[in-house]
Amino acid sequence: MRLELDGITKRFGPLVANDHVDLTVEPGEIHCLLGENGAGKSTLMNVLFGLLHADSGEIRIDGTPVTFADPGEAVRHGIGMVHQHFMLIPVFTVAENVVLGFEPTRRFGWLDRRRAHAEVRRLSSEFGLEVDPGALVETLPVGVQQRVEILKALQREARLLILDEPTAVLTPQETEALFRIMRSLRDSGRSILFITHKLKEVLSVADRITVMRLGRVVGSTTPDEADEKSLATMMVGRDVELVITKTPASPAEPVLQLEQLSVADERGVTVVEDVNLEIRAGEIVALAGVQGNGQTELAEAIVGLRPVRSGVLRVEGADLTDATPRERIRAGLAQVPEDRQADGLVLSMSIAENLILDQYDAPPFARHGVRDLSAMRAYGARALSEFDIRAASADVPAGTLSGGNQQKVVVARELSRKVKVLVASQPTRGLDVGSIEYVHRRIVDARNAGAAVLIISSELDEVLALGDRVAVMYRGRIVGIVDPAVGRETVGLMMAGAGEVPPPPPAVNATLGPGDGS
Amino acid sequence: MTTEPIAPPSSPQDAASVLPAPAASGTGGAGTGGAPPLYRRLLARLVEANPAVVTVLSVFTALVFGGILIDVTSSGVVHAWSHAGSHPGRALSLTFTTVADAYGAILSGSVLSPSTLGHAVSTGQGWAQVFNPISETCVAATPLILAGVGVAIGFRTGVFNIGAQGQLIAGSIVALYVGFAVNLPIWIHLPLVILAGAAGGAAAGLIPGILKARTGAHEVIVTIMLNYVFLNLLNYVLGGAPFQLPGQTNEISQKMLPSARMPHLFGSSLRVNLSFVIAIAMAALASWFMNRSTLGFSFKVSGANANAARTAGMSSTKVTILVFAISGLFAGMAGMATLSGTNFFLSSGYGGTIGFNAITVALLGRNRPWGVVWASMLFAMLDVGGASMQIRTGITLDLTAVIQATIIFFIATPMLVREIYRLRSTGAGALQLFTKGWSG
Repeated sequence: MRLELDGITKRFGPLVANDHVDLTVEPGEIHCLLGENGAGKSTLMNVLFGLLHADSGEIRIDGTPVTFADPGEAVRHGIGMVHQHFMLIPVFTVAENVVLGFEPTRRFGWLDRRRAHAEVRRLSSEFGLEVDPGALVETLPVGVQQRVEILKALQREARLLILDEPTAVLTPQETEALFRIMRSLRDSGRSILFITHKLKEVLSVADRITVMRLGRVVGSTTPDEADEKSLATMMVGRDVELVITKTPASPAEPVLQLEQLSVADERGVTVVEDVNLEIRAGEIVALAGVQGNGQTELAEAIVGLRPVRSGVLRVEGADLTDATPRERIRAGLAQVPEDRQADGLVLSMSIAENLILDQYDAPPFARHGVRDLSAMRAYGARALSEFDIRAASADVPAGTLSGGNQQKVVVARELSRKVKVLVASQPTRGLDVGSIEYVHRRIVDARNAGAAVLIISSELDEVLALGDRVAVMYRGRIVGIVDPAVGRETVGLMMAGAGEVPPPPPAVNATLGPGDGS
Repeated sequence: MTTEPIAPPSSPQDAASVLPAPAASGTGGAGTGGAPPLYRRLLARLVEANPAVVTVLSVFTALVFGGILIDVTSSGVVHAWSHAGSHPGRALSLTFTTVADAYGAILSGSVLSPSTLGHAVSTGQGWAQVFNPISETCVAATPLILAGVGVAIGFRTGVFNIGAQGQLIAGSIVALYVGFAVNLPIWIHLPLVILAGAAGGAAAGLIPGILKARTGAHEVIVTIMLNYVFLNLLNYVLGGAPFQLPGQTNEISQKMLPSARMPHLFGSSLRVNLSFVIAIAMAALASWFMNRSTLGFSFKVSGANANAARTAGMSSTKVTILVFAISGLFAGMAGMATLSGTNFFLSSGYGGTIGFNAITVALLGRNRPWGVVWASMLFAMLDVGGASMQIRTGITLDLTAVIQATIIFFIATPMLVREIYRLRSTGAGALQLFTKGWSG
């Protein structure tokens, strides 16, 4: 079907989230909607899917104007949406999830399982979406769960499929598989609207690309005409440095040592198992892995937010296995938490207060239990300019900042101490290209200043660009430590738990091993 | 490739709320640049659904609601409206005068009565009657302020201390004991009584604090149950020596010695006493504590985002235990204040519902100490003035309870207030602060 959005405008108070957006998706086309976080992509999709109502503008399907009061109407008009967060029932089977709401029934309203299974098999063979109809959804990997979501949309006869940041949770291999599915859907005449901020993906799968910035469409192009550089420039509005330039690492003495470290999650299941890792002063180790393979728990254990089940953690030789977060901060540990809004910031408090959250009770910010507010404000004002935080003043609540500036507040706080170990989890998740550039630069600066840095990231590009060594985690274990030069393909296979593990990089291999230097 | 040039955003705010402004503009951040003039900003604040505006409108709406209730339950007004066809003006004027009389009676009974003032001015006598209403309001507000500030400190730290009632009783029992068991000069006895009340409340607060911090017990359940424990502990100690008044079989305690009683502020004909000054001073101290002390800061951070507090190295165990001790300390002082200020003895059921009204005034005062002071004064006015309304107009005292409950109803449903007055949304965060999470 041919979808036209004509002059869609959506305001939230003084903020214009969509400003006369025009977009046309032709039948049988993969159309990429590219833009940074906050560019208005999600608002536009919510308008299209009937979750929000446009202040002005028109939606046309095959030339006929339509209005959707709710998502149900959008579905009836042949629009399907695969959300970033899946809407599946984990304890139901694939077939049950797919037919949910449109169940084939036998007499007396009994669910016709056989027909449901047949339906799923028909759809999956037609589009190459391999999935076992009888499997419980909770037992399936994320990539397969996503296929179930797509099947759900197809079962409701979607002719236009909206995929909202579908690759965020996938391995490179799963991403490739998704792209194959997208192409086969396109070849069957369906249209796909693919929302992303990842430039590489856009270039590999799109037929046409529309770029949004600050609520407006700033241009449209095709993969043949564009390259990463030009797309980034359109997205951000200025030239950006996509790949961080850094000098080779000159690692010194070991600083962070993990020996046989095991960590359990909330349910008591061991999610990190016998991890041995040594990070030296002046090097960045990037921990690669698909989300949910224990990286989050490992990072939390290192900074003291999660108890260690067994094993030893040392910083500069001192055993900190059972130390409190406070003692670890004193020992020189700094962290950029995975979820800055949940763990890194107090959104209702001012930037200045957030900047001193870790040293609010120490001079010059407090003496004898009494805070010195003017010292805090002066410090906040200085930090704004030093760390390039864009805000009216240090007194405004941190929650009013954009994601990039919020992350700068976290980075500013953590890096203004004397840092011996920096643990940064997903340090650039959800950030715009400009802020990514900034955060990467700061992390490399910290390394150059002699910190031992551990980066945890599910973005392979980030892992390969930042890491001096790359450790790959799969199902709670470190399956290998490699030189980033081995390339995307090899690391991607290791992330999926497959493939040959290349030998560790020789330069560091000689001095590597558990127990060294302790 | 077709790229249309994009014009600079029309106002810095538009751009800033979406993304950092382009690098060239340097300092362009959230809401910077050409700020609108002050009066425009004030006006914008007033029509926006910020918590202060919602609070004031909640009180206003509750008073309107109370007025409607007065009218529809007044036989005079209903009768007048049933004959509105012949006397429309009478019905209308009666509608307003009935409400005005009732609210006027509340005001003159709780703040200042024009008739007693006129009498005092013309005769030069009876000044005590002039100031008696406001004095009574202050007396009634005193325990509310103290217990309310204690509950508010807990709320801001993210713990729900529903146990102010029990902590109040615990403080009263200890203060009473010190008040009759030792004989000392007033300048040492009275401070000891105050400390005893504070210590008793703090000790009672420590129980749920330690249980929550060490075992993860849910503080709402624990504090509610402890209320019953302390309520019955009071009955128990009143049943025998050393507390029970000798020669009595009722549950009534001995009286405090004169040296353990709060001095009156303006002579013995007005009941307002030093307790009120102490309550105001404690509110000021609490305000300073939350804003300027490092411990208060760690309380606020823990309340606003417990995860961030932990990440920044604050100890949730320490915060949880201390906040309960401090919250209990204020509640204990509330019990002591009335005991040593006006009551001088304990009996079964002492404290009434102060501990629960404390939760209400904490909410109404938006968990700020000075807000709690104003909220307590308002509630005390309704309580004290309600009695005089009942005497003068025959409207039942229960009306003031309905108004109090209605105020809280609107406070707890900010979305409703926003709809009624068509206020602009400020983003969800600001409003949710009131009502979020009993889940602990």
